[in-house]
Amino acid sequence: MSPRKRQLPEIPPELVGTVHITPIDAIYNWARKRSLWPIFFGLACCAFEMIGTFAARFDPSRFGMEIMRASPRQADLMIINGTVTKKMLPQVVRLYNQMPEPKYVLVMGACAISGGPFQEGYNVVSGIDKYLPVDVYVPGCPPRPEGLIHGILTIHAKMERESLRNLRWYKKGEVPEPIPVPELGPDLVDWRLTEKIEAMQEEVVPSQVE
Amino acid sequence: MNESIGSTTDIVTHLQERFPDAVQPAPAPYQGILVAQDRLVEVATYLRDELDFAYLSSVTVVDYPQPLNGMPACYDVVYHFFQGRGGPLTLHVQADRENPVVPSLVPLFPSALFQEREAWDLMGVRFDGHPDLRRILLWEGFDGHPLRKDWKEVYYEEEHKPFGSRFPDGRPVPAESRSPFGDNLRYPPGWSPRDWRPLVDVWGYAPHDELARQEDPNHPADRVVLNMGPHHPSTHGVLRLLVTLEGERIVKLEPMMGFLHRCHEKIGERNVWLGNIPYTDRLDYVCAMSNELPYVLAVEKLLGVEPPPRAQYIRVIMAEFTRFLNHAVSIGFTGNDLGIYFTAMLYALEEREHILDLFEMVSGSRLMCNYMRFGGVAHDMSEEAIALARALAFERLPRYLDQLESYFTDNELFKARAVGVGVLPPEMAVAYGCTGPLLRASGVPYDVRRAEPYFAYDDFNFDIVVGQNGDVYDRYLVRVGEMRQSLRILQQALNRLPDGPIMAGRKSATLKVPAGESYGRIEAPKGELGFYIVSDGGPNPYRYHIRAPSFVNLGVMGEICWGHLIADVVIILASIDITLGEVDR
Ligand code: SF4
Repeated sequence: MSPRKRQLPEIPPELVGTVHITPIDAIYNWARKRSLWPIFFGLACCAFEMIGTFAARFDPSRFGMEIMRASPRQADLMIINGTVTKKMLPQVVRLYNQMPEPKYVLVMGACAISGGPFQEGYNVVSGIDKYLPVDVYVPGCPPRPEGLIHGILTIHAKMERESLRNLRWYKKGEVPEPIPVPELGPDLVDWRLTEKIEAMQEEVVPSQVE
Repeated sequence: MNESIGSTTDIVTHLQERFPDAVQPAPAPYQGILVAQDRLVEVATYLRDELDFAYLSSVTVVDYPQPLNGMPACYDVVYHFFQGRGGPLTLHVQADRENPVVPSLVPLFPSALFQEREAWDLMGVRFDGHPDLRRILLWEGFDGHPLRKDWKEVYYEEEHKPFGSRFPDGRPVPAESRSPFGDNLRYPPGWSPRDWRPLVDVWGYAPHDELARQEDPNHPADRVVLNMGPHHPSTHGVLRLLVTLEGERIVKLEPMMGFLHRCHEKIGERNVWLGNIPYTDRLDYVCAMSNELPYVLAVEKLLGVEPPPRAQYIRVIMAEFTRFLNHAVSIGFTGNDLGIYFTAMLYALEEREHILDLFEMVSGSRLMCNYMRFGGVAHDMSEEAIALARALAFERLPRYLDQLESYFTDNELFKARAVGVGVLPPEMAVAYGCTGPLLRASGVPYDVRRAEPYFAYDDFNFDIVVGQNGDVYDRYLVRVGEMRQSLRILQQALNRLPDGPIMAGRKSATLKVPAGESYGRIEAPKGELGFYIVSDGGPNPYRYHIRAPSFVNLGVMGEICWGHLIADVVIILASIDITLGEVDR
């Protein structure tokens, strides 16, 4: 007998078969992963392949997730399915901030991973991971539905390994900071870069005056 | 038409006689006419009223920093006009490089409404007299006009692909290393975010707020400004609609786009000719296969090659399967937006999977097929693929269509929501440059497959389906009718599929295209999809412009929604049938 099993309390004989005892993490993670609700969110071509995945042939209800929520407040998985443009990025970040913890981000397709075929475009964000924390990357252009399902199962595997004891959103006193929402200026304005931009400008401006 | 004028050459001669001091033929490799800037409105009025060129299809700008192909250094504004039949009349207007201004054609042709805004946004050419010349794909405040030749991206490497860093034996360098921020970002010199606030009305609320303040004394209901999208389950992607409401009625509706603007045209000018084919797939991702056709058609016109009959038939087969697929999905989405939720869509997606299986069989990829080549198609259709296509066209899809009709056509609930909603009068449809089922549902029998036949479409018997009332219900009926006609074409094509080669000439990755311009257009499922290309004789396009049906069709959205309930907006949008990849490019 493992030491852990020995610590479990004795079940009274009249309840054997009715009551089961399991570690809280196992049951909690099982419930979470079997009710993963993605946000209904379509960015580009990959979104259409995602809709195809969520239809009858590939049937993700096998994994407890056929329901997509249009509201970020009810969702716990964000599938970034397509090219994120600079014009769209503020909305994407805001939606992410509005999702309740614990939340996961699955990045689908080359565009969202790195900009993909459109990387050098002046309106394209080269990789959503520069702004949001990403859990799983699914490469492809577009990834096949099987690929997307594999990505979702990988998130399930990740959830299974998590424990209530060390997840940050269950710790006392720790409130996850929202990600600063970028603004649209002369180019995309990423507030985290303020100091770097100013330092750069000091370098640039004198040389231009000369 | 009051005189019988036949070919384009005759029209050019006729216009020259009529306007001797304003019109001259365009310089050698170009087609059509060159019009003096200050006489443009006059010539365009004459074209529309006397010569029946009622349909301004595309407006775009080509940037010539140096003289090229006989064009002086200028911004060349290019218009494509069409009559009910036949090819384009191309009109060039040269705008000054220092201060590019041309008169706006919006008062004559409202179809220029969005296209002129796009040209201003990306090329910086002002259209004098445009009622609302704001940026459309980018945002107010963006630094520069990116399609100009001297505007370089942050990740700029070289003017043309293949880039020396990768080819023939270079190693790829991460693009991020080209930017000091490690990201696709650049700021004007001296600019700092610390004391910067977004000064201009980036999100375009100002005109609506203004309208909301002026309440109508006869309608005591409050006016409200409502923002729909870009994250909204019924905007089919990332479209944004800004609406001013009076109670539940729409006073003003404005589609706002650009949330998926992927800089397609700028990237297309860097690619080699062949390298653009996979990019065209990503325009309208619902019907990827047929997006490639107008591009290869335009390049084939310049190259002067004609695909062999078998390749033409295969192209027709693929195009018609795509049309079927698109209309099925479009009707599914309509159901979705009516509140049937996913059910109607599930039926459509089931058929879609079968058609995608066929595409995968012939091209190797489900969605992004990359199947067409200049002068033919990439692979032949195998016996197995033909058998599947036959099974679909003769048995499965007709059955699906009957089933679909039995659910929708006489459905009382559907009729209650769709009949009389979003009526588009035929004159307005033509003026706004609408094409596809949207135009035909208003009773205008205009179809590029008949007006300017391409590939083997002349060989087949099929009807042009038209509606009568131009409402949501008629658009549905037109789509169903077109699906039936698609099946008819498919059955004829599969029965008569000729043997023979599938490519004219040999395959070549870096072909050179003779200098000149060309406009290729097809009847895509959503309307007229046109590619305007300019070649300078090199291995890359000099200019590569896409006239997207969804983009132009959206221009009429504000008009047909006026006075309707807010709940009808999503159905009207679904009945226009847009794909955002194509709207924003
Ligand atoms: S990865 Fe490919 S398929 Fe997906 S959004 Fe980007 S271009 Fe489209």
